[in-house]
Amino acid sequence: MSSNALTDSGSAGRAGDKIFSTAAMVAGSLILFVLFCVAVFLVKESIPALTADPADLKGGVSFFAHIGALIVGTLIAAAIALLLATPVAVGVALFISHYAPRRLAQGLGYIVDLLAAIPSVIYGAWGVTVLAPALVPPYVWLAENAGWIPLFTGPASATGKTMLTAGVVLAVMIMPIVTSLSREIFLQTPKLHEEAALALGATRWEMVRVAVLPFARPGIVSAVMLGLGRALGETMAIALVLSSGPMIASLIQSGNQTIAAEIALAFPESSGVQTNALFAAGLVLFVITLAVNMVARWIVARHKEFSGAN
Amino acid sequence: MKALRIGQTAAVLSVAALALTACGSNGNTGATSPAADGAAAVTGTLTGTGASSVGAAMVAWAEEFAAANSGAQVNYTEEGSGAGRTGLIDGKVDFAASDAYLTDEELAASEATCGPDGAFDVPIYVSPIAVAFNLEGVDTLNLDADTIASIFAGKITTWNDEAIAALNEGVTLPDTKITVVHRNDKSGTTENFTDYLAQAAPSIWTEEKSGDWPGAFASESAKGTSGVVDTVAKTAGAITYADASRTTGLGIASVKVGEEFSAPTAEGAAKAADTATAVEGRAAHDIAFDLDRTSDEAGVYPISLVTFGLFCSTYADQETADLVKAFGTYITSAEGQEVAAADAGSSPLSAELSERAAEAIATISVK
Repeated sequence: MSSNALTDSGSAGRAGDKIFSTAAMVAGSLILFVLFCVAVFLVKESIPALTADPADLKGGVSFFAHIGALIVGTLIAAAIALLLATPVAVGVALFISHYAPRRLAQGLGYIVDLLAAIPSVIYGAWGVTVLAPALVPPYVWLAENAGWIPLFTGPASATGKTMLTAGVVLAVMIMPIVTSLSREIFLQTPKLHEEAALALGATRWEMVRVAVLPFARPGIVSAVMLGLGRALGETMAIALVLSSGPMIASLIQSGNQTIAAEIALAFPESSGVQTNALFAAGLVLFVITLAVNMVARWIVARHKEFSGAN
Repeated sequence: MKALRIGQTAAVLSVAALALTACGSNGNTGATSPAADGAAAVTGTLTGTGASSVGAAMVAWAEEFAAANSGAQVNYTEEGSGAGRTGLIDGKVDFAASDAYLTDEELAASEATCGPDGAFDVPIYVSPIAVAFNLEGVDTLNLDADTIASIFAGKITTWNDEAIAALNEGVTLPDTKITVVHRNDKSGTTENFTDYLAQAAPSIWTEEKSGDWPGAFASESAKGTSGVVDTVAKTAGAITYADASRTTGLGIASVKVGEEFSAPTAEGAAKAADTATAVEGRAAHDIAFDLDRTSDEAGVYPISLVTFGLFCSTYADQETADLVKAFGTYITSAEGQEVAAADAGSSPLSAELSERAAEAIATISVK
């Protein structure tokens, strides 16, 4: 039977379509499947820890008493990191996108991307050998002059390996991610908006304030949330830098611990139900990260209409 | 998004770095030389798991053993003492290493895999734990158990405290604040050190022995032996406990034993193992013992760490039995102990203990 080239190629195209759409769907569902498997595994491994006799667990307290302090520690470290990193990252991104000369901007952007590629163990080593000793004098000063604030209650740590130091290291680590994403968003500000602002007599700062920032707000939020995700899950740097201990309010004394670092530090020598407790801690971290991402999505979705992007 | 991809790369790298450091090996895992040692050569692959304290020594042993027996290979993974004991009992591995010997229940449970005589313990690794400090101009100090416990419990807070001065006449002690640095990871070193404190100074150290530092006495902490040593080296007035082979450059305390003070030496640790109390009710070839932390015998260094090798008394086939025997005999021999001392800084077992270990391992047979 004779056939023409058009229908032939058409049927081949349909086959291609089918294969491609199937492949894409498999790839897409694979992600969900992996996520599902991780969740099932964590839940299954966690259950013995939740019902275990407190005497068998670390410190002789029930799992919930133990994990509470770790959750607080994780959130404190991430909060310090975000508070320090966000303003700097947005500033650097703005400088690269709107202030720096073109050539300098390219170089700077490249260097910021490079920072994101440094393994966390390097940041940890730097934090413990350079940053922590250097921060001891400021901590002593803080304890003497601002000791009435619970966050800075003395005596200051003699090693400098405190929650604040860990937060600073985390801030340095998440800054590149937040910077790169914010920069991309700032560069997408419609040129017409910027020019309109300038034409109305706005200074450059006013232009950034009325045209760039409102447009970029959801983007900044998602950039910050990605940074937060990394800060919550960061393990090695915290394990090296933080002098962990029981939960305390002071940020300049040793103490507190994060979930991820606790898992890494206790896992190699744990056995039995103590291992289950670590998996349960992992499950909690999993849930926190998931919640953070969902909140971020919600914020982005809520602000979309007002961003000026449409 | 390029930045994201880079972030993921960084994440993968950090996981890899974590995995590497978690192993704590000396990175000396190159291919083994194919040297053949004719006569007694055994072949096959042995798998073992357990304590990370012997990690560095196991790497060295596995290399030397494979070099001497072409076709033989030893794979040891550091999963912790508890995992080692259950691994052997469940028959998942051929041998295990553990900072604690098998309990009576575990011995009974091991009969299913290891035959009617069950598994048995043999000391394979002994190492002194030094109490090390950073105090300008002071290289050694004499301390007794109560003073050490008070320091680590935070009850003595300055170096010129009367309790320390009374034990060190003629030494000028500064009024520097004491900063205690302990491990923040779970470790056999911590377990042995807190065992010493709990037994030798029970009135001050009111916590039980534990691989995790007790929260009641929390102070500064750092990750791993290198972490605590490094932190102490950088902090004036700091004190810690660490494997004695790793505390070079720091001041070292001599510990009061009887009427004398003993320094953390290889001989002291080996003697502690020799004078240890044998566990009662064990088979003749089971060399399980408890170190006597409160020993009065001169020359004993009571803050020592012992790791036991755990073997089955019978194996399913001749090849495995021969391989386990050959490897067990090698690591407890004078030669094997020297290799561990050179690579991991442990204290060689005394000739007597080494001989007893060899006799015990020689009883391994086929089911």
